[in-house]
Amino acid sequence: MAQVRIPTPLRALTNNARVVQAAGRTLAEVVDDLERQFPGIRARLVDGDGAVHAFINIFVNDEDIRFREGLATPVPEPADVSIVPAMAGGA
Amino acid sequence: MGDGTLRCRECGTLYPMEAIYVCLRCFGPLEVVYDYAALAAQSLRERFASGPRSMWRYEPLLPVARVPEIDLQPGWSPLQHATRLGERLGLRRLYLKNDSVNPTWSFKDRVVGVGIAAARAFGFEVVACASTGNLANAVAAHAARAGLRAVVFIPRGLERGKVVASGAYAPTLVEVDGTYDDVNRLCAEIAEEHRWAFVNVNLRPYYAEGGKTLGFEVAEQLGWRAPDHVIVPVASGSLLVKIHKGLHELRRVGVLEEVRTAVHGAQAAGAGPVAAAFADGAEQVRPVRPQTIARSLAIGNPADGRYVLRIARETGGTVLAVSDAQMVEGITLLAETEGIFTETAGGVTVAVLRELAARGAVGAEEIVVAYITGTGLKTVEALDGALAPAVTIGAGLRDFERHVLDRVLA
Repeated sequence: MAQVRIPTPLRALTNNARVVQAAGRTLAEVVDDLERQFPGIRARLVDGDGAVHAFINIFVNDEDIRFREGLATPVPEPADVSIVPAMAGGA
Repeated sequence: MGDGTLRCRECGTLYPMEAIYVCLRCFGPLEVVYDYAALAAQSLRERFASGPRSMWRYEPLLPVARVPEIDLQPGWSPLQHATRLGERLGLRRLYLKNDSVNPTWSFKDRVVGVGIAAARAFGFEVVACASTGNLANAVAAHAARAGLRAVVFIPRGLERGKVVASGAYAPTLVEVDGTYDDVNRLCAEIAEEHRWAFVNVNLRPYYAEGGKTLGFEVAEQLGWRAPDHVIVPVASGSLLVKIHKGLHELRRVGVLEEVRTAVHGAQAAGAGPVAAAFADGAEQVRPVRPQTIARSLAIGNPADGRYVLRIARETGGTVLAVSDAQMVEGITLLAETEGIFTETAGGVTVAVLRELAARGAVGAEEIVVAYITGTGLKTVEALDGALAPAVTIGAGLRDFERHVLDRVLA
């Protein structure tokens, strides 16, 4: 199981849970499991073309999935998945 | 808080002025908008002119009010007509906005000045940031002045000057094993869990507004006109976006008649994802792993990258990247011709300016403003091996005549 950190804008979908458990061998499967548990969450993460929304960054064990294989990134056992708003940082 | 409203830049949803930074619907960035019609009815030029000689003269277009007892008075920095550098580059109306003269020697005092005032208004007791160095200096200093606790996060291995210039103010200084982008992700996660004022995360909509004052001041210092071109260093891209926003707000409130400024972005090639996307005609910025000695620009995953692309394209500007060697030449060229010793980011800006002039992208008679955003004393390592060594002599007149005189008269 992966531990998934949920950012504030999505906590309304997770009954305010900050961290939830989800299963899957890839990030896409983890998103599938999140959608099973928290219907509606997939559309907030992924667009109609199956790409992660531009204003969301996802990390598997602290590594940006854009440096890996995107949603096809393998999720080891155990793993930390972080969903982080993209509009942070810098000046 | 002030009179503004938070508005999602992507979907337009409005929010009250709270310590939030992304849209709950679409994760888009929130920015402060003002009652422009009401502001246009005022005599703003007079109001600005009667204000303090600092960035706070533009208080009507900032999201928080100045708090005199904590103010370190950032801004109102010199706009220097760069005649000697201009002669080298073939530009007769080149100006340098020298923002290295701020309280902690970089433009970050502007954004932090606004951010700390907002933190106080929201009742935060701890202020924090993710920083490549300059921001940490500014947060530590302004927090000290305001009597707030500061926690500043920087990537390990920054220039010694930048580390010391944070430590002096006795914040909790956290060096993170990783890049700036790692630090930034960590801070975004911490901000979700702890009620701290991360100036460039949960207070970002307010903090970033301070960057507009670099647009306001230049317009005022030019006699209330917008430049034809601005050249702005791009790390996260926020400063460029805000200079553009500032100029266009002045037009909306009737202070400027027209704004036709071409906005150019300057990046280091080793951390140039926005320049790469610009060159490729892409709308999205693909993150990179930074590899440059311009540590203040070493952001591989720039939050405002997409907006920088949009603004550069809409205004007829460009986003260019230069090598570290060109950057060092930029630093020494600026120092030798204009008497301004800038840090690596300023070297990048000057090197891009030079490239734009060589390409004819900026005209000899056009008003060109290059933003010099920090001091060279914080990044002396960049000049290792680049300067002529000192001549060491004995303390006698003969030593002087034998070893020095010919060099000076040559």
